[in-house]
Amino acid sequence: MQPHFLVHDAADTVGVVVVEGIEPGQTLEGWVMDTDTTVALTARAAIPLGHKIALKHFADGDTVVKYGHDIGRVVAPVEAGGHVHVHNVKTKRW
Amino acid sequence: MATLPEGAAGSGLPGFLGYRRENGTVGVRNHVVILPVDDISNAACEGVANNIAGTLALPHAYGRLQFGPDLDLTFRTLIGTGRNPNVAACVVIGIEPGWTKRIVDAIAETGKPVEGFAIEEGGDLETIARASRTAKEFVQWAGERQREPCTLDEIYIATKCGESDTTSGLGSCPTVGNLIDKVDAVGATTCFGETSELTGAETVCAARAATPEAKAKFEATWNAYNDFITDNKTNDLSESQPTKGNIAGGLTTIEEKAFGNLQKIGRNARFIDVLEPAEEPSKGPGLYFMDTSSAAAECNTLQAASGAVVHLFPTGQGNVVGNPIMPVVKLTANPRTARVMSEHIDLDVSGLLRREMDLDQAGDRLIDIMARTCCGRPTAAETLRHREFVLTKLYRSA
Repeated sequence: MQPHFLVHDAADTVGVVVVEGIEPGQTLEGWVMDTDTTVALTARAAIPLGHKIALKHFADGDTVVKYGHDIGRVVAPVEAGGHVHVHNVKTKRW
Repeated sequence: MATLPEGAAGSGLPGFLGYRRENGTVGVRNHVVILPVDDISNAACEGVANNIAGTLALPHAYGRLQFGPDLDLTFRTLIGTGRNPNVAACVVIGIEPGWTKRIVDAIAETGKPVEGFAIEEGGDLETIARASRTAKEFVQWAGERQREPCTLDEIYIATKCGESDTTSGLGSCPTVGNLIDKVDAVGATTCFGETSELTGAETVCAARAATPEAKAKFEATWNAYNDFITDNKTNDLSESQPTKGNIAGGLTTIEEKAFGNLQKIGRNARFIDVLEPAEEPSKGPGLYFMDTSSAAAECNTLQAASGAVVHLFPTGQGNVVGNPIMPVVKLTANPRTARVMSEHIDLDVSGLLRREMDLDQAGDRLIDIMARTCCGRPTAAETLRHREFVLTKLYRSA
């Protein structure tokens, strides 16, 4: 079936929403491409197509992992199922 | 639809029908270009293109009072554009004869018809009249060139992504990567660039070098670009790199964007050399990295000037860029972009996100549309007259 979100690598701490209209409280199914497994998660925010969902709770200063690699630092806490984007994550470069 | 010849013996991959040029290189278009040496020769070039059907003027913004590496790059880009095998013949117009001749002579090395005109020898009107007569002869000559069966070891493919979003890293960029792996194995020449857009993934990219020399050259190139950014930045570049469009599409940081970008070089191919902007590959078939800006029209112009004849352009949010001489094949994995910007998209791979197709199938579909494009099928960008020709300027003119 059509997954609600995709995860690149088993080590990743975020997934990418690939359907439109995700609402808070919705139970989502995710596909981990690396291992061809599925995970379930409850959305805690309205997350647009293409935006990231937290697979775990993030505290200020945590590192976000996607593609199995460091893609930035958390600057405001995010709960599992929350929306991960520029309001709570910044680059470690530049 | 043309029956596609074999791309490589026993590979099952399609080849294409291309134009074999005087120097043995292969083109997929047959343009007669009217090339200005400098900004003030644009009007005369457009005058010629207006007179003679089947010609293509390439107006641009520079060419006066440049010096040093910036001037070298402008010359390399203009000369390389004229030398590109998609160009059958070329008329060059400059304000004065010296630099005009320098460009004409370098294009003439390929053996293709080329002639230069200098406006100071007679003004715009006289120049347009003389150049139009030559352009007419070139168009009629070019019209009699025939396409011939060509194999994938004769093609030079460039790639660059634009207005990326998270679907680029999930679907459209890995689709290009799948194609690169397949054509690399049969001797194609390929090129990726976007130096700043590897930031965060630069060590992973460096590890894809085929030799210690290529790795060292890549590291020096990336470091120099990163130093340039850190010396000039006034913030963390958010909204510039990643762009506003990238952020709207869900990309948060340059690191995230870089890992998506890098999916374009596949899993197995290794880059054999690092090219200066607009430099022609000289180490034989294989994957090359070119030092470029990540702005689409600038990067594409440099890749075309290095001789690339077809371009693979994954987009997420829907960058509409084209190139005047090199067909730009656009693909997206974003279902919304495929729906609302369908006239810009040559291949929809959003089925990857729905698990309706796998990467191998997506790569095969891209090879098919690329081969058909090389045979003459116009791309979406060509039908929409997207002809962005943008010179990279390194610093102020004197």
